[in-house]
Amino acid sequence: MPDALAIVANTAGKLTREGLRVMGRGATALPGLVALTLDPDFISALSRELPHGVVCVSGTNGKTTTSRMLSDIARATGWAPIHNRSGSNLDRGVAAALLADATWSGEPRGDLGLFEIDEASLPGVVGRVRPRAVVVTNLFRDQMDRYFELDALARRIGDALAGLPAETALVLNADDPLVASLAIRKDANVTYFGVDDDAVGGNVPQAISDATRCPRCRSPLRYERVVLAHVGVWSCPTGDFTRPARDVSATKVVLGPRGSEVVIGGVLASMYDEIRVPVPGLYNVYNALAALATARALAIGLPESIRALANFTPAFGRLETVEVNGKTLRLVLVKNPAGFNAAIAALLETGRHPRLLAALNDRDADGRDVSWIWDADFETLAPAVEHAVITGLRGRDLALRFKYAGLPAEKLAVVDDPAAAIEKALGLAPAGSEVVVLATYTAMLALREALARTGAVAPFWED
Amino acid sequence: MDLRIGHLYPDLMSIYGDKGNVIALSQRARWRGIAAEVRPYSVGEWREPEWPDVWFFGGGQDQGQDLVGADLAGRNGESLRKSVASGAAIFSVCGGYQLLGTEYVPEVGAAIPGAGILDVTTRAGRKRFVGNLVVDSADGPLVGFENHSGRTYLGPKAVPLGSVVVGNGNNGEDKTEGAIQGKVIGCYLHGSCLPKNPWLADRLLQWALERRHTDVKLAKLDDEAELAARTQATEVAQARP
Repeated sequence: MPDALAIVANTAGKLTREGLRVMGRGATALPGLVALTLDPDFISALSRELPHGVVCVSGTNGKTTTSRMLSDIARATGWAPIHNRSGSNLDRGVAAALLADATWSGEPRGDLGLFEIDEASLPGVVGRVRPRAVVVTNLFRDQMDRYFELDALARRIGDALAGLPAETALVLNADDPLVASLAIRKDANVTYFGVDDDAVGGNVPQAISDATRCPRCRSPLRYERVVLAHVGVWSCPTGDFTRPARDVSATKVVLGPRGSEVVIGGVLASMYDEIRVPVPGLYNVYNALAALATARALAIGLPESIRALANFTPAFGRLETVEVNGKTLRLVLVKNPAGFNAAIAALLETGRHPRLLAALNDRDADGRDVSWIWDADFETLAPAVEHAVITGLRGRDLALRFKYAGLPAEKLAVVDDPAAAIEKALGLAPAGSEVVVLATYTAMLALREALARTGAVAPFWED
Repeated sequence: MDLRIGHLYPDLMSIYGDKGNVIALSQRARWRGIAAEVRPYSVGEWREPEWPDVWFFGGGQDQGQDLVGADLAGRNGESLRKSVASGAAIFSVCGGYQLLGTEYVPEVGAAIPGAGILDVTTRAGRKRFVGNLVVDSADGPLVGFENHSGRTYLGPKAVPLGSVVVGNGNNGEDKTEGAIQGKVIGCYLHGSCLPKNPWLADRLLQWALERRHTDVKLAKLDDEAELAARTQATEVAQARP
């Protein structure tokens, strides 16, 4: 039973939530803020009551998809996960998810906490929730005006993880040297995942200087294969740091327009060797591996895990599709160069010539510095583009990026109003065709709201 | 006519989208029928340091900046000084700007010498300046995004690139932003800077081309998209600094 203060905080948060609902508003963060203001220990007070414990899912890209996959897996095994689903993934989002699920006396109805945590918040959060498992998908540059520099962030996360009890399960991406460097303790309980198919990725490191140096000795890393940015098959020439052995590994990956077929190796290979990941893109294969590795760390059976994965549907803006007037909108959330490059690789790998609706905002949740678009590989995207309609608070910067990447002016239109931009993009697309929507977080929300007004999608918080 | 661009430490000093400056210089040359080639120059002795007409030097993480500072303290720093003396231009942003100065003074410990190409010194500051940056200058307005904790102060040989309208600029005290000394420019404008501020891009192109060509006259380009981006960024900066 939580203490009195936590119960008061829970009640106040729940009342806030009810109030917002009555007003027809989404309630993804404010109720959590109210509860945390009253009781700063609210998260740990409620998460202590969860019988299966708490899993923290962190990393720059793939948090939402990985935790949703994991949530489906947990549900398939009969558990009741509490998940901060709506992408409001700071402290207050976690608190909001807990209180939404709790009874009025502050006791959770669910049995597993599944918390998406921004990588910058992770060091502060893990100490409070005492997670049973911590998953880190990857570490890329993201919203630098908030997170500052990646090396320093990795050190802070590593130190925070080293402060947890040794039995805490760490689930880490072996192919990302920065993530692999997070297991500092010699006795750390780590499950590593990675891709071991030689046909995946290329030889030339992509020009994103996130971590081309060894996290230990700073020597330039050698790459046999590069999958994305600094993720791949790497080694340090001084030999002081090597890519860890993969416990869960994709030994063969066949990418398709609607999903991937993956052969699983590593410890899991003995029983089930082929799985289907029903969302396209190599990065979703990584997300699936992260989810499977975590399921293993939680001792969930493999048949349930694979069944749940095969039925997975993507989350808000993660290649989710919406039908409007006989045309399809495919929503792709973008927020940093690595994520953008992964998304366009997924779009182009099946020979698409995308019709685009692209939207760039610069609010806090998007990252206020829009410089990152100049690091993203628009040069690869532009020659394939059929037409691009541009919108957003910083749409003019995005249009300029397309211009300098070589997209001719006649293929480019800037429309400031989100609803008008959707209409223009749909108008340019023939019946039965697809429009790919690339948008940053709040720009995607604005487009989603415009679509909700036409009845094409349900409002986002009901997701 | 052709343009040679040297990209300094692209593997270590290329965060915050500064690569857009190299893209802007190359494309604005190509759109005028001028061939442009970009070559990387990183840690370790450079081959052909005399090749570039213009250098670009961006910002990096602390780890990268240490390695680059050490590299510039050796023969490559000498090569860069010679290149400038023989007429090459430099455009530098943030960490690159700081490393071209005479010294960097950390919060604790001894001052670290810079390349000594710009008469500026930088001191470590506690509070990081993060936000939109709007600058006015006699030659035209500039807009970008700053993200630095160093405070830069100009010596007598450098003149400010402009004065701060929104944001902090060099040090948050004297309302100056950036520095110019001969054909060398340093500033705190990420964004990327040059695509949205085409007059500055063309100034650098002019300087660069004049190194090996006479009678350089840059044709006028259609800058409608560039100016639209600058206007929108400036309006956003004024509404949400």
